[in-house]
Amino acid sequence: MTATAQKGSGGASAPPGANNQPNSITGWIIRIAALAIIDAFAIWLVYMMIGDGIWQLATVLAIVTIGINIIFLRPQLYPLRWVSPGLALMVIFVAYPILFTIYISFTNYGDGHLLTKQQTIEQFESQVFLPADAETYNYTAFKNADGDFMLWLTPRGGGQPFTVTPGGEPVMREGEPPAELDGFTQIPQNRLLVELTALSALRFGAEDDSFQVSQQQFGVAAKYEQLFVYDPAADTLTNRQSGVVYRPVAGTWTAEDGATMQPGFMVTIGTYNYARLFTDPALREPFVMVFIWTVLFAALSVFITFALGTLLAIVFDVPEMPFRRLLRSLLLIPYAIPAFVSVPVWVGLLNPEFGVVSQAIKALTGGWAPGWFADPLWAKVGILLIQLWLGMPYMFIIVTGALQSLPTDVYEAADLDGANPWHKFYSITLPLLLITVGPLLVASFAFNFNNFTVIQLYNNGGPPMIGTASPVGHTDILATYTYRIAFASGRGADQGYAAAITVIIFLILVVITFFQFRYTNMLEERGENV
Amino acid sequence: MSKPGGRYTTSVGSMRRGKMIALIFRIVLAIVVLIFALFPIVWVLSASFNPTNSVVGQPLIPPNPTLDNYRALLNDPLNPFPQWMLNSFYLAVLTTIIAVIITTLAAYAFSRFRFNGRRQLLQSILLIQVFPNFLNMVALFLILQQLGNYLPPVGLNTHGGLLLLYLGGTLGVNTWLMKGYFDSIPRDLDEAATVDGAGPWLVFWVILVPLVRPILVVVGMLTFIGIYSEYVLARIILTDKALYTLSVGLNLFIQNQYSGRWGVFSAGALIAALPVVLLFLIFQRYLVGGLTSGSVKG
Repeated sequence: MTATAQKGSGGASAPPGANNQPNSITGWIIRIAALAIIDAFAIWLVYMMIGDGIWQLATVLAIVTIGINIIFLRPQLYPLRWVSPGLALMVIFVAYPILFTIYISFTNYGDGHLLTKQQTIEQFESQVFLPADAETYNYTAFKNADGDFMLWLTPRGGGQPFTVTPGGEPVMREGEPPAELDGFTQIPQNRLLVELTALSALRFGAEDDSFQVSQQQFGVAAKYEQLFVYDPAADTLTNRQSGVVYRPVAGTWTAEDGATMQPGFMVTIGTYNYARLFTDPALREPFVMVFIWTVLFAALSVFITFALGTLLAIVFDVPEMPFRRLLRSLLLIPYAIPAFVSVPVWVGLLNPEFGVVSQAIKALTGGWAPGWFADPLWAKVGILLIQLWLGMPYMFIIVTGALQSLPTDVYEAADLDGANPWHKFYSITLPLLLITVGPLLVASFAFNFNNFTVIQLYNNGGPPMIGTASPVGHTDILATYTYRIAFASGRGADQGYAAAITVIIFLILVVITFFQFRYTNMLEERGENV
Repeated sequence: MSKPGGRYTTSVGSMRRGKMIALIFRIVLAIVVLIFALFPIVWVLSASFNPTNSVVGQPLIPPNPTLDNYRALLNDPLNPFPQWMLNSFYLAVLTTIIAVIITTLAAYAFSRFRFNGRRQLLQSILLIQVFPNFLNMVALFLILQQLGNYLPPVGLNTHGGLLLLYLGGTLGVNTWLMKGYFDSIPRDLDEAATVDGAGPWLVFWVILVPLVRPILVVVGMLTFIGIYSEYVLARIILTDKALYTLSVGLNLFIQNQYSGRWGVFSAGALIAALPVVLLFLIFQRYLVGGLTSGSVKG
């Protein structure tokens, strides 16, 4: 929608600068009209959201809308009009989510605490109970062509039957329920179970004096009453049947005696998620193991691919090498294949029962093959093998490029000094190479630090660690660990805790980036001295 | 003197014999590495034509190759592979088109206008991409859930929502690349046009866009490949099988290790990889340039 506004402004051929005035009336009209549409839409959206208590997203949308208005109404901000579509998307879907993640990490958001407080109150207030002295009825259900329901109620204690529709007044009847009545058809007993869910959601009769069918007792209806009442002044929920009063404690409705009710709601709980990460041994130990493996995985991935890539670049990038271009194109293919294809292919190759690689190893060792997916150590080896395959072409190409740009006079000097090839590689080529590709290696480290796809598709982070408080596997890295906690857990998702780990990843990325910028500067200075 | 090959040879006398041995070593290494790099691909190719669907003891060239696996792949009502392919394609194409437009507009402004906060804005765009968008999965999931309450086409389990998440990340990745290219085009060109009375829009559309076409192609290709290969967000946001993209769906064929359908999976893997591999090889020259300037592919 912002893109439309952008184009609309195009008609206004204002030169950049402080005192430009749109000189086209059409352009101005289109611009104002586009802004009006955006504003109307945004006001509607923000208004609805605030009504439902979604104030964070509403605030961001309001800020973005106001920003767009300012940018398109003030001529001084003309250049920003060109940037605004991308900027708006970036603010809403990148910048805000980062802040929101930090916010979630300070909340109890997760299974059992997914709703807002208002939503839990509404949910409790919709519950009903059957007062001890209430009269119960046997019912026969009717349905008409429009899908409306009607109940024929017979007091179980004896008395005159009557019919009632949702919102309608009871109508006294005589005798047994007929097959057809006022355009309604009786629902046969064997169909009743199918309709029960729809039926039990309805209230028959006037709002404050209505009958409901029981979900527990088949065939029984009664005048149910609202079970919970919320008192806004005291901020309490009262159970009218038992008289117990519940107060909100850390997002859970809790009674005097400590009894709690599900569902709870989302509320900020301070640094609890971070505190238990460092104090609860059942969480800390897997976290530390995952953290160590994440760093090892990223570092080893960079190291092995860089080592092999450099070897190949040095060996192949000589004039006498035949088919150099073809070799380069062929070696590029593993890199060109998307990881979502190549990782499952490797999973097939390594499969202990059918996989070609495992078969070959079995043939060589006489029946033994590594537990690529069941053994924690071999699973890691398998992942690194795949990483080598995936990343080798990239390193081969960047190192080839970097080698071609190295100065040659240093080598001539080294030749005169009688340096041997290894010495020349170690003391000249490698340092110079690291200067050129150093930042790319750090970028590659940062990328692999969060290489979700490879880990997830290899073995879902498995094999699982035993006896941990949260679901986690031996090959999980931090990024997949957060995913498992937040989404893929059978033991209850804990998004607040997952967000806390994400924030820790962010902090690590900040350090890596800082290091990368410093390192780049440092290397550039050294590079000038060489 | 500047032959790189001369770097590691020492004495002139033993050069010829040494060179021969070195060349043999180079070729042997090339063959070993090529086998390592290509055998998974050859295996997939072979398995996709193998009718037996058992991978044990399979000869490299199947004795009686058939297209059964491809037929099964395209006619599986439980795993609608053609639908996934369509989804992947149209999501990637749509994201690419919109992303290229958005990025080009921004890059033009950053390259040609001088305004307050320009440097800070550029630096923020560079810094914010340090945090890959998918790490915010919990927040993104919640945001789409909230948006979906009011705007169902962009809620959870919709392509619209996924598209918005993809678009959010586009500015950060490509603005610098694109701006650099704009900077390399002499300002004299647009200044001359401005003197002739052309407004910024005309200068942009008529003069600059045709000149920056090569970088539009590069950014477009990188975006297409990136979105086509994207796995995490698609996995989290899409729950309906009919809405899956290839990256989420393909794995379903082998999810159960013991009843894995390797033949069908192999056929799917080949079809899924083909578009990206072709793009890569066709645009190799451009993309390799992009690689060495620091973009890392997912």
